[in-house]
Amino acid sequence: METTISPPRPVPLQPVVLHVNGSDHPLLLEPRRTLLDALRDDLGLTGTKKVCDMGNCGACTVLVDGRAMYSCLLLAVDCAERRVTTIEGLGGPALDPIQEAFVAADAYQCGFCTPGQIMSLRALLDAHPDPSDAQIARAVTGNLCRCGAYRNILRAGRLAAEIEADRRAQQGGQDGNAPGR
Amino acid sequence: MATLRVAKPHDGEGDGEVQVVEGAAMSPWGPDAALAVVGKSHPRLEGPEKVTGRALYAYDVRLPRQLVARVLRSPYPHARVVRVDTSAAAALPGVHAVLSAEDAPEIPWYEDSRLFDRTVRFVGDEVAAVAAESVEVAEDALRLVRVEYEPLPFAATLEDVLRPDAPKLRPDGNLAGEPKTYRRGDPETALRAADVVVEGRYSTASALHNAMEPHGCTAAWEGEHLTLWDSTQSVFTVRQEVAEKLGLPEHRVRVIKQHMGGGFGAKQIAWKHDVIAALLSRRAGRPVQLMLDREAENLAAGNRNPTRQHVRLGARRDGTLTAIQARIEQATGAYQVGGEASNVSGMYQTLYRCPNVATEQVVLYTNTGPAVAFRAPGHVEAAFALEQAMDELARVLGLDPLELRRRNYAAEDQTEGKPYSLPEGLSLCYDRAAEAFGWDPAGSPAADGPKRRGVGFAAHDWAGGSGHPPGYAWVKLNADGTAEVVTGTQDIGTGARTGLAQVAAEELGLPLDRVALHLGDTATGPYSPVSSGSATQASIGPAVRAAAADAVAQLLAAASATMEVAADRLSVRGGRILVDGDLSRAVDVADVTQEIAPHMIRGQGERGPNPEDRAIRTFGAQCVEVEVDTETGEVTLLRVTTAHDCGRIVNPTLVDSQIIGGITQGIGFALTEERVVDGRLGLVLNPNLEEYKVPTVADVPPIEHAHVGVPDTVANPTGAKGIGEPPLIPTAPAIANAVFDAVGVRLRDAPLSRSRLLAALAAQGTDGEVRA
Ligand code: FES
Ligand code: FES
Repeated sequence: METTISPPRPVPLQPVVLHVNGSDHPLLLEPRRTLLDALRDDLGLTGTKKVCDMGNCGACTVLVDGRAMYSCLLLAVDCAERRVTTIEGLGGPALDPIQEAFVAADAYQCGFCTPGQIMSLRALLDAHPDPSDAQIARAVTGNLCRCGAYRNILRAGRLAAEIEADRRAQQGGQDGNAPGR
Repeated sequence: MATLRVAKPHDGEGDGEVQVVEGAAMSPWGPDAALAVVGKSHPRLEGPEKVTGRALYAYDVRLPRQLVARVLRSPYPHARVVRVDTSAAAALPGVHAVLSAEDAPEIPWYEDSRLFDRTVRFVGDEVAAVAAESVEVAEDALRLVRVEYEPLPFAATLEDVLRPDAPKLRPDGNLAGEPKTYRRGDPETALRAADVVVEGRYSTASALHNAMEPHGCTAAWEGEHLTLWDSTQSVFTVRQEVAEKLGLPEHRVRVIKQHMGGGFGAKQIAWKHDVIAALLSRRAGRPVQLMLDREAENLAAGNRNPTRQHVRLGARRDGTLTAIQARIEQATGAYQVGGEASNVSGMYQTLYRCPNVATEQVVLYTNTGPAVAFRAPGHVEAAFALEQAMDELARVLGLDPLELRRRNYAAEDQTEGKPYSLPEGLSLCYDRAAEAFGWDPAGSPAADGPKRRGVGFAAHDWAGGSGHPPGYAWVKLNADGTAEVVTGTQDIGTGARTGLAQVAAEELGLPLDRVALHLGDTATGPYSPVSSGSATQASIGPAVRAAAADAVAQLLAAASATMEVAADRLSVRGGRILVDGDLSRAVDVADVTQEIAPHMIRGQGERGPNPEDRAIRTFGAQCVEVEVDTETGEVTLLRVTTAHDCGRIVNPTLVDSQIIGGITQGIGFALTEERVVDGRLGLVLNPNLEEYKVPTVADVPPIEHAHVGVPDTVANPTGAKGIGEPPLIPTAPAIANAVFDAVGVRLRDAPLSRSRLLAALAAQGTDGEVRA
């Protein structure tokens, strides 16, 4: 079999400013670069994982304007006007309640799916601070875990909601989450 | 104290073998040992790194000027590579190095083939590789490589390669080695004389590991020194093999693995990516990262061998087994790649007491990616058949399936005539699983409506979990009274880092937060074996304990001088040195280490050999309850209860996680996971996570781990054995047995897909007559 393919025509790089974890990052990118590759390769934010690169596994989940999305299915140049939050953007000096819950519930083994699982749950708890068990399960149905930590991931989701409720109570009913993620 | 004596005994018939004797005798921690850290749940030490995204995986290494590599793979299942033209690819701006059969060094690889061979033997076999500025440019470059192939006849499935007119895939035919046969007693005569015989033909599909992190590495040269950050289960194996392939001395190759996104057996050897990345990096003069994409991962980086098994059991009316016969055919794919062997015949020989056993195991080449160990290789496949055959036998005899197993209890390894290190291990599993589950084979509710429930039972043994001696560890006591443990082992996601640190803390008498454990680096740690065979805790735990004991002996000698008390009156507990066990006269460990600083206490430990007169095994028993929808063919698991003899449980939380993980993979093997190969085209149709169905959160029911936790003090001085692989072994047959209990059809082909179940129900009759 002989196939002849001519060299691709160079496509001009496109300027784009990505808003990630509260900072602006001016970049020059190929239009076909995914948000996932931009995060990992251009910004060095390797906490977001690449597993399938085609929307099947959820390891690349980030928040885009507060919603959990697969970053491998987004073009970086399309994200210019949007707020992106990655696993590196959660927590501060202390862990985010979901991160804390994952450690406490041993909700991982290898940890490779973990950032994606946590981001999916972050989106859930931001929208539904007091989720049902079914909502927790549904939030992570798009996140595969080959190590099979699912039972503990569900426990961690429940525990995280409790930790967050406690923190809210301690803060006198104020919302404990960073608003407008 | 480290001991290593080398002897070369001469027995009068020429030179003897060199014998190495090492491992100071240590008294094991017995069942009643009062342990402060070991046996307690403790969160993984690396937890904060993993939940914040800071844990560094091979895929996350980012070095200045790092390039991305991609591999061109064969579109043909079998072909000669006539010509490769990479000139256009090399000329593409942003491409820095190209490799193919035309110009790559002739490095021997799998069996008699080459790194880039002139014959490709499966769809996905490596043909060329490029390193470029970005993944996009690398992929553009691959599209510019022109390859002229001359297609050859092929056989991509076990069925096809077993046909009489199958093409010859190798000069010597299609057998990968001589058939492996085993025999004791006279099974043919015993089968003729048996009161009852059950017979069945089973098959298991090829499952794909699909570790979330693909195979791959980052390679960087500093002068003549190569560093590889590899996603591997064995840094020392990779170092040795890469050094050999590249003709480098071992001290110029460093292999690092801090965290890895799963391996499940497929990452225990050096794969081609290691050497391709190193060669590309040398050519480009820049670091190169070569990670497989998901399709390559599923085509070329290992799979569980598909099997066909023909099983016959003979028994007396009281259930006593008199004969076991199994003929096994399994496909190894295009190459035999080494690593842990897939011993499908093993369980037939050992799980039950039986005087007459014959197994024959035939391994065949096919034009598909090479098979490689996958979590309990061989035993998962064998259990699917043997444990269903046992269930069938129990039903024919009208016996409780558990009672049938008890009547055929093996307390010794019958292939070697050695008692097991914990002969009651399996029996304890039977008791604990049955009790916790409430095992009652007659208890399934009467059938009505389209949904039926059933329960199933299965057991297993496993030759893994005993550890792979030798292996080494060092302990350093810092001036501030903290400790660092250094080993060359790896934590592949099991929690070994934490379990080993707990062993160190226990022996050192330090709280766990004063112990750090370093691993996964050939340049800094002493030799440790591969993390396969559920072996890490059992291999390295005793070495860590020995190193810690060595350090403690030195610490107490120093304390004896500084405190002016005889050393034998001193002990360490909770970070303090006690006189005659008296806390009120204690000083902190740091007081002593401070006083001698910057002099430093250094302990050394090694993993002594396993006992010669005992066979070390891990065992387990599982009960499941399922619901079968007879209209849709869907099998829903309702609950799983499992019990395992893994010796001492060092950290219950980590062991529970191994259990739920193994069972989750077992559910996939049982119900949904199947690499689908189109035999006419030689194509794998589902090399992705869309159509290859691994379990999701919705597929996993509550899983109960009934702890056994009896220390195996014969196995090693920590009493701990492995648990990584075992929980997966009995899951699929337990589910198949439960499906039979529910709807009365015996599904002998894994996975138990809906189409198979619906076809079997239809064959049985539309009203689904239920045999109990
Ligand atoms: S990497 Fe994006 S969904 Fe798998
Ligand atoms: S923890 Fe390994 S894939 Fe989820």
